[in-house]
Amino acid sequence: MKLASPHLLGIEPLTASEIGLILDTAEGFAGIAAREIKKVPTLRGKTVVNFFIEPSTRTRSSFELAEKRLSADALNFSTSTSSLVKGETLLDTLRNLEAMSPDFIVIRHSEAGAPHFLARHGHTSIVNAGDGAHEHPTQALLDAFTIRRRKGRLAGLKVAIVGDILHSRVARSNLFLLRTMGADVVLCGPPTLLPRGLERLGARVSHRMDEAIEGADVVMMLRIQLERMQGGFFPTLREYASSYGLDASRLARAAADAIVMHPGPINRGVEIMGDVADGSASVILDQVKNGVAVRMAVLYLLAGGEREAAAPER
Amino acid sequence: MRLLLRNGRVVDPASGRDGRFDLLLEDGKVARIEERIAAPGVEAIDLAGLCVCPGFIDMHVHLREPGHEWKETIATGTRAAAAGGFTAVACMPNTDPPIDSRSVVEFVLAQARQHGVVAVHPIGCVSKGQKGSELAEMGDMAAAGARGFSDDGKPVASAGLMRRALEYARIFDLPVIDHCEEPTLVAGGVAHEGETATRLGLAGWPGVAEDVMVQRDILLADYTGGAVHVAHLSTGRAADLVRRGKASGVRVTCEVTPHHLALTDEAIASYDTNAKMNPPLREASDRDALLAAIADGTVDAIATDHAPHHADEKCVEFGRAPFGVVGLETAVPICLDRLLHAGVVGLPRIVDLLSVAPARILRLDRGTLRPGAAADVTVLDLDRTTVVDPARFASRSANTPFAGWTLRGAAVMTIVGGRIVHDAR
Repeated sequence: MKLASPHLLGIEPLTASEIGLILDTAEGFAGIAAREIKKVPTLRGKTVVNFFIEPSTRTRSSFELAEKRLSADALNFSTSTSSLVKGETLLDTLRNLEAMSPDFIVIRHSEAGAPHFLARHGHTSIVNAGDGAHEHPTQALLDAFTIRRRKGRLAGLKVAIVGDILHSRVARSNLFLLRTMGADVVLCGPPTLLPRGLERLGARVSHRMDEAIEGADVVMMLRIQLERMQGGFFPTLREYASSYGLDASRLARAAADAIVMHPGPINRGVEIMGDVADGSASVILDQVKNGVAVRMAVLYLLAGGEREAAAPER
Repeated sequence: MRLLLRNGRVVDPASGRDGRFDLLLEDGKVARIEERIAAPGVEAIDLAGLCVCPGFIDMHVHLREPGHEWKETIATGTRAAAAGGFTAVACMPNTDPPIDSRSVVEFVLAQARQHGVVAVHPIGCVSKGQKGSELAEMGDMAAAGARGFSDDGKPVASAGLMRRALEYARIFDLPVIDHCEEPTLVAGGVAHEGETATRLGLAGWPGVAEDVMVQRDILLADYTGGAVHVAHLSTGRAADLVRRGKASGVRVTCEVTPHHLALTDEAIASYDTNAKMNPPLREASDRDALLAAIADGTVDAIATDHAPHHADEKCVEFGRAPFGVVGLETAVPICLDRLLHAGVVGLPRIVDLLSVAPARILRLDRGTLRPGAAADVTVLDLDRTTVVDPARFASRSANTPFAGWTLRGAAVMTIVGGRIVHDAR
């Protein structure tokens, strides 16, 4: 089985079997990190451009490591070094990048739809590493991989996603993925940070955190950004933390074996208290670890790889 | 110069006429309209099977001159108007410099005299420099030929300024045309706030931002006795507010664009910047409410908000693309296909929306084919099927969401002041 599209623009267009394929393939790559030689020759001779027009440390490093472990040649092209600051359009930048014949462009951009723009105007395989408030598909895939490893399944789980849903691409990609895989999703935050139409996308919506995490198998916290307070979405970080911060007493409302997730970077004492972030329910560092394997799987499958060939050394 | 238009179905709602008539145009006027006119020696055109209407007036276009000539000019914009069946256009003042003084009004009219193919009626700014603080010299602009006042492209955000503008415009009996958008509610929104924008991760431009301003303007028009015209009305709620305002006797009128009647926000699902405009495409319930408001007479006029942009400006990330679509060359086919053939309204009402009402609102002596009226004529072929091909537009820009659409009904001939300026029969 292969993926239908040469691009990974988002989770929304993926079928359940495609998501399953990526997660299963990632299992095959997960063991590589534990080996003495953390490298396979799978993408030898392939070139990947990591085109990051918005600051990112975690995602960019994770992609870069995934590329290197697949033996691809990685080229980093980021805001400060890019000519976009000189007024070049995205289309011209794409043409210049493509003149160097990359096989993949991994793009992080502050505007929703930027990866779709590259896919429409170019001829290179595009991987969305986060576009505005739209999607962050590899984050949702690594989250699903992490959940599946802990819970053994996705279908039927109750997942609460708490925080700034309005501006969150992580929330959208997770919503699409979890709904496609049959999980029950509650999106929670102050009404000022819950966009319209979420119910029609298949989510339950709540602005009371205690209610949202009641009995949850997975509690996923989103980073709150200081700019949102300045934008008038809530009065103070202090009030936000008291209403929507995850502390041990709130977590006690979730299922006894609930796991706590966060896409990082975390704001200790704001959306998540330190003891919870460091506690036994937290899988935050597993998410980071699994990100590399999932991104390896995505690149491998987009390069045309078959699932069977993915794990010859398992 | 004389011209005899024979055998067409003349549709002239202002005189209650709808039937087969001959029409004699002479010296730029309608000379006679009778069942059969014998005029030996006069050039005669047989229009059997076609409809002869008072010239269509697009009361809301952006001709981009002066200042943005790479998008459109008065020459290309009026050619597009003629090709689309319009005999006159009203051009919005958000040029560079803006049309906020007599000299710029005169420049636009001079360019129109020299290069224009159809009549051009400038709309002057409400405020100096469109800055929204002090009134522009409305009297001087009206004397030079401005037919209304607007800060279009922007709302008149200050209620105090809007009040003064409505009061002051009463001197000239001209409307204040408002782009109704409460800026703090739009706050950077680029797509209709709703399921589609949420799914696509685009910042929302909520319908209520329009509704709030429409209601404010209706209250101010009521209080001042001024005439307010709501530009490109896009929500069902705003249509309802206008309906109620009219019922209580307020001098409020409104226009709707063809794209808000034919499309919903689903058109942006692939981040197509040619479907990005301001106000944004709304949801299906709004579109349906607008169609109902067309049918029940709440909507006065259809206007295109023709907003040309260069292909390079539109070929960028969705959030960074300028708002606006061209409309002059697709408006009539959209109206005939989506309103007439779809059974929403009959042809006399379409003529009312595209000719009679715009003339009335802008106080133009147009919109009828009575003897003595200007010889501005739009000829329609209700069954002509066309495929929208932006490469063939006369406009300098091609930013349309309708490329490739097959539409039934088209304007096939445009006559301005008795002169044929477009003929595609």
